[in-house]
Amino acid sequence: MQQRTEKIREAAKRLLAEGAVDVVLGYRAGTVPMREQPFAARSVEEADELVWSSFCCNNLANFLVRRDEKTAIVAQGCVSRNIVGLLQENQIDRKRLKIIGVPCLGMVSRSKVLDKIGNKTVFAVEEQGEELVVKGKGFEERLNRKELLRDNCFTCQHRNPVISDEMVCEPVQDAAGGDIDKMAAPWEALAPEERWSTFKEAFADCIRCYACRDACPLCYCHVCFVDESKPQWCGKTQDEADVQTFHILRAFHCAGRCTDCGACESACPMGIKMRVLTSKIEKDVRQMYGYTPGMDEKATPTMSVYRPNDPQDFIK
Amino acid sequence: MSDKEQFEPRIAAFFCNWCTYGGADLAGVSRLQYPPNIRVVRIPCTGRMSPKFILQAFRQGADGIWVSGCHPGDCHYIAGNMYARRRFAVLKNLLEYVGLEPGRIHFSWISSAEATKFQETVIEVTNAVRALGPAKFMLKDIAPQAQREVA
Repeated sequence: MQQRTEKIREAAKRLLAEGAVDVVLGYRAGTVPMREQPFAARSVEEADELVWSSFCCNNLANFLVRRDEKTAIVAQGCVSRNIVGLLQENQIDRKRLKIIGVPCLGMVSRSKVLDKIGNKTVFAVEEQGEELVVKGKGFEERLNRKELLRDNCFTCQHRNPVISDEMVCEPVQDAAGGDIDKMAAPWEALAPEERWSTFKEAFADCIRCYACRDACPLCYCHVCFVDESKPQWCGKTQDEADVQTFHILRAFHCAGRCTDCGACESACPMGIKMRVLTSKIEKDVRQMYGYTPGMDEKATPTMSVYRPNDPQDFIK
Repeated sequence: MSDKEQFEPRIAAFFCNWCTYGGADLAGVSRLQYPPNIRVVRIPCTGRMSPKFILQAFRQGADGIWVSGCHPGDCHYIAGNMYARRRFAVLKNLLEYVGLEPGRIHFSWISSAEATKFQETVIEVTNAVRALGPAKFMLKDIAPQAQREVA
């Protein structure tokens, strides 16, 4: 991790000093531990604030849309795939973009760490290889990093950046080891009549803060469907019908585009696992259309193309 | 309505202007009998169908949804129905994944010459939805409490 941080700073400083870019998008330490935050470094001095750790959970590709400057971005596997997605959708200009690729070892879920130590206040987290040393008032615990990976990082298939202009270290093994087919779409195992109550319960805590939407690099519409008022497709209340409409539509909008970066879940203040929905769509798209989002700049997103022999058993 | 025997579903039907809507017209002109449970919304093409429409219909009390358009290859806009097919497949799977009964949501390809297929499909769709009873999913209850009690 330390080595990656050094290399990121080095690359950022070089690009800024050369004038190759106006801004470097990366992460810096958050105001509290385990909350690394997106940061735009605009000078060589500011580049010293950039870090890389196990808590870089935001998806920086989110900040590329509608940005006029020459930009460099720190990108791990999922972020690079979202960059590819944005390129496919003509949202960003590759010529003004420099990608500093970071082979990723998976990000750690803050909530899993807190659960593990019994919700005590954490003052500092140090990373020592495969171990996290969590320190607080009167305690110090050594935790195994692998057990605390975010769910999506556990089943990640592309930890190395798929496009980059330079890499900060040697590539790591691409797959994280989790079986994505087994983990995706968990509710498929439920009986049909149990599903609705499970769904209702899973999203009951939603406070409609839209953090999941705002954290998502796919959501760049000028007017989101939740803000449309004539007609109003989705009410603004916490009524369960509105919450359910919002989550179904939000997930559907990610069809064939979601790279399973997990930014939505990491952003949720209520701990809602919205990946239960997106993972189902991701699995369907993979199985029905054989498409993995964000791998090929030249490919057309799967929902904007068709094949004459697409499955249609469900149509009378 | 507690008695399932008497329950008559309301089905929101979205028909493509160029084929199924014409098919429905032909069924009418041909005096073909079919259940009166569908409320038809004419759309320019199934490619115009948005999942918003489907969810909105459920939110406002539809018991079933039926979307029908041109057979693949017959689209007035060349391929609108082909794009729609992918969207419907993903949406239908998602809705069933969260617990919508499979019989509430129907898709079909019916050309403007297929009045009999239209008639058969209305009957099939209506029977399927009637068997499931009133939809309780995602209903947005906007009537004030007092009004509901009177009703």
